[in-house]
Amino acid sequence: MADTPTHVESSKVESSRPDFIRLAEVTKRFGATPPALDKVSGIIRGGEITGLVGPDGAGKTTLIRLMTGLMVPEEGSLMVLGFDTVRQAAEIQAAIGYMPQRFGLYEDLTIQENLNLYADLRGLPKSERPAVFEELLTFTDLKRFTARLAGKLSGGMKQKLGLACALLKKPRLLLLDEPGVGVDPISRRELWKMVEDLTKEGIGVVWSTAYLDEAEACDRVLLLNQGKLLFAGEPADLTSRVDGRVFRLSGTEGRRRQVLAQVLNRDGVIDGVIQGDAIRLVMKAGTDANLAVPKDAGADVKVEPTPPRFEDAFVDMLGGGPGGRSRLADAARALPQEGDRPVIEAHGLTKRFGDFTASDKITFDIPRGQIFGLLGPNGAGKSTTFKMLCGLLKPTEGEGRVAGFDLRRDGAEARNRLGYMAQKFSLYGDLSVAQNLDFFAGVYGLSGQRRRERISLMTDIFDFKARADMSAKDLPLGLKQRLALACAVMHEPQVLFLDEPTSGVDPITRREFWTHINGLVEKGVTVLVTTHFMDEAEYCDRISLIYRGRSIALGSPDELKAKVATSENPDPTMEDAFIALVEASESEERAAA
Amino acid sequence: MSRTDRIRRLATLIRKEVYQIVRDPSSILITLVLPVVLLFLFGYAVSLDTTRTHIGLVIEDMTPVTQDLAASFQASAYFDVTYGRDRRQFEEDLVLGRVRGIVIIPATFAADFAADRNPSLQVIVDGSEPNNANFVQNYTQGTVANWAALRRSESTAKAPPITVEQRFWFNPELTSRFFLVPGSIAIVMTLVGTLLTSLVIAREWERGTMEAVMATPVTATELLIGKIVPYFLLGLAAMTLCVLLAVFVFDVPFRGSVFALYALCATFLIPALGQGLLISAATKNQFLASQLALMSAFLPAFLLSGFLFEIDSMPTAIQWITMIVPSRYLIPSLQTVFLAGDIWPMFGQAIAVMLLMGAILFVLAARNIRKRIV
Repeated sequence: MADTPTHVESSKVESSRPDFIRLAEVTKRFGATPPALDKVSGIIRGGEITGLVGPDGAGKTTLIRLMTGLMVPEEGSLMVLGFDTVRQAAEIQAAIGYMPQRFGLYEDLTIQENLNLYADLRGLPKSERPAVFEELLTFTDLKRFTARLAGKLSGGMKQKLGLACALLKKPRLLLLDEPGVGVDPISRRELWKMVEDLTKEGIGVVWSTAYLDEAEACDRVLLLNQGKLLFAGEPADLTSRVDGRVFRLSGTEGRRRQVLAQVLNRDGVIDGVIQGDAIRLVMKAGTDANLAVPKDAGADVKVEPTPPRFEDAFVDMLGGGPGGRSRLADAARALPQEGDRPVIEAHGLTKRFGDFTASDKITFDIPRGQIFGLLGPNGAGKSTTFKMLCGLLKPTEGEGRVAGFDLRRDGAEARNRLGYMAQKFSLYGDLSVAQNLDFFAGVYGLSGQRRRERISLMTDIFDFKARADMSAKDLPLGLKQRLALACAVMHEPQVLFLDEPTSGVDPITRREFWTHINGLVEKGVTVLVTTHFMDEAEYCDRISLIYRGRSIALGSPDELKAKVATSENPDPTMEDAFIALVEASESEERAAA
Repeated sequence: MSRTDRIRRLATLIRKEVYQIVRDPSSILITLVLPVVLLFLFGYAVSLDTTRTHIGLVIEDMTPVTQDLAASFQASAYFDVTYGRDRRQFEEDLVLGRVRGIVIIPATFAADFAADRNPSLQVIVDGSEPNNANFVQNYTQGTVANWAALRRSESTAKAPPITVEQRFWFNPELTSRFFLVPGSIAIVMTLVGTLLTSLVIAREWERGTMEAVMATPVTATELLIGKIVPYFLLGLAAMTLCVLLAVFVFDVPFRGSVFALYALCATFLIPALGQGLLISAATKNQFLASQLALMSAFLPAFLLSGFLFEIDSMPTAIQWITMIVPSRYLIPSLQTVFLAGDIWPMFGQAIAVMLLMGAILFVLAARNIRKRIV
């Protein structure tokens, strides 16, 4: 198995772990599109967490459904716990626990009623129930809420209840479909710990995810991309392919975006991304990273090796990231600084719905040409704040300005100056690519010569010509993402509002997207991003951590990380920072109360 | 799997459904509020009865004969009469719909009548409202014929003329509410059996609960029965509510037996539920499910069942289509149970046809509902 000495010990344990799932050349098609899964083979073992890793549309959910026997493959076979999924689905379903996306809970039932329902369906004997319920409710810390309706729980609590329902009759195999999505990082970590404890009892766990940092923590991974299996094995084996080729380039004095754009076009550079104030680089084997640094990057530039991560290896495997040049930014006119007023201002923005405060005295301002992030889990109040700044929601208190326009009075003027791109790409799925472009040009008030010019420019830059007549909903994810960006910048807005723009997309598409955004920002565009996705926060100049309606910290990503650095964890991730800051704010609250 | 396991799973699925029905305002709305609204609508607001029609009566020449004729219009239960001496008086009223017709007794009428020269009246009606136009025309004819017969018998004192006496059985007052209210019970059961059932199953797909439940040892049959039983009972409950309202609030007579009523309604719910299950097997989305249920079940029950429009007066092709509308078989039987009594030969035929339809729909649904996602 593992050939490096450090793995000897783990491989000894591994050899005793039984095969729980065997995938043999599994192929699944939906209609005439390329197969959702294309000849996927692999093994999943008991007693460990296997990550089913890949961007949206990679085939993760399809593969999990095939494992449950709820879908049948066109070709190939799946053996789960020794049973064939096509012929023996009932035997499999009696032995597994499955938590689908959105957790599969009945929202009109209480926590206890959901548990009773699944206990009956799974045939848990009545005599065992008190002990099992007690154990699971303690394990998930839901004991105090048993009479609450599932629909009234937070994302994190729903996720734990979903897990509890899947665990009722001690499954041998636990299948979790994207359990970490939309859940705050604290709950996500708690869930991970619970699942890890389960593996110690020999339970096999399949954890599907689009987050590559989650992949890194798995015992083994199956890495999928567009229905194809790219890698199967320990994450460390994958990252080892870029050992010694990953570097951190710092000291660019706030010019990191320009430097990155240049670096990406150098020979020998496989990949580069912004990471806080620094740049992360992956080099071709045998290339000196120092040679990649442009001469005018500044005197203080430092290049140091840094430990490789899963994503570095994934991008390397996909053949490297895109270049640093953005044709979109090249074609954009430079926006001059107008006065010294910040482009976006939020002063004490508060929104109350009844006695619920969705956002509480949110204050920040964003100078021209900067990227600002609102970072927080679903339901924290990001969207409310965002909507107030778009002029779509009237603040209960406080004021917001965009490009100098007061949103209370001149909401329409302000909206004319901003471009908006939503998480699930606010396109019209039934319109073709060309029709979407034309429609958005129309709603942003472009007409005549300028409309034709902008549309043909977008078609050219993003290479839409060949697919101009395709329905937007049938586009591959990466192209959808490009089309959404094209529609949002059609009218050359001064301000861009991005709502989780790259969550779930593959790393290449994400890089391409941020190359465009970085280029536009260099031309003077101001960007506000909302996200729950820690990686997206790294691209920001400054971020505000939003938790339960309040901003609990504000600063550059590096400042926030530095705040929580300890001797045990000298180089915390954004997620570490988030968790530590939330905990600090909670203990402060308790002290005040 | 042991039998007790199976029974327990089924019981828990049904219990869950009951909780959901009780806690979900939209199912309460469809089962309790909507029937009440529908019944009140058909009981009070919608009436197909002919009430007094407002006409203008023009008497061009005032003679004892014409006055006598005018008096018999006045006495008619069908007309509400305004008198005039010139038709131009009413022209505007007719255009504006203030009168439904103008009846003109011409100046020559009295002389023609005396001379037995086939006297005639002129009736002017608004052709854009054909129903009203027909009423005015027919009732005018009737009124004049009655008057003439009476007049002659009086003057000549001959043998009394033969008169036709109409007698309506079962609904002597010809109150439309008496046959609309039983019909609307069929509409309410269609809503519960087909619309609500297809919606709740589509909702389970949308929320992902169907997937989670399917991945447990539960079987497809159990899932199916777990949906059918609660909505079958709910349909009967909604029907019971309707019947109580019909009898005690709207004074609709109930001349048949309770057993016949429940036998008919319970049988009707089989094709209704089968259709609901078939729709939810075909679509896993609440919006589509509601569209399909409205188009394929609710509207036909409304328009093609004989509920509002008589099937005999529909074009032949449409009459053929009504053959596959289950409520077409229920509604006449229901009207019979209420207004006439138990006529088992009729009910037996209706029940047989509805059972057959139910069986076909269930076979189709069962073939499409498997424990598979795609």
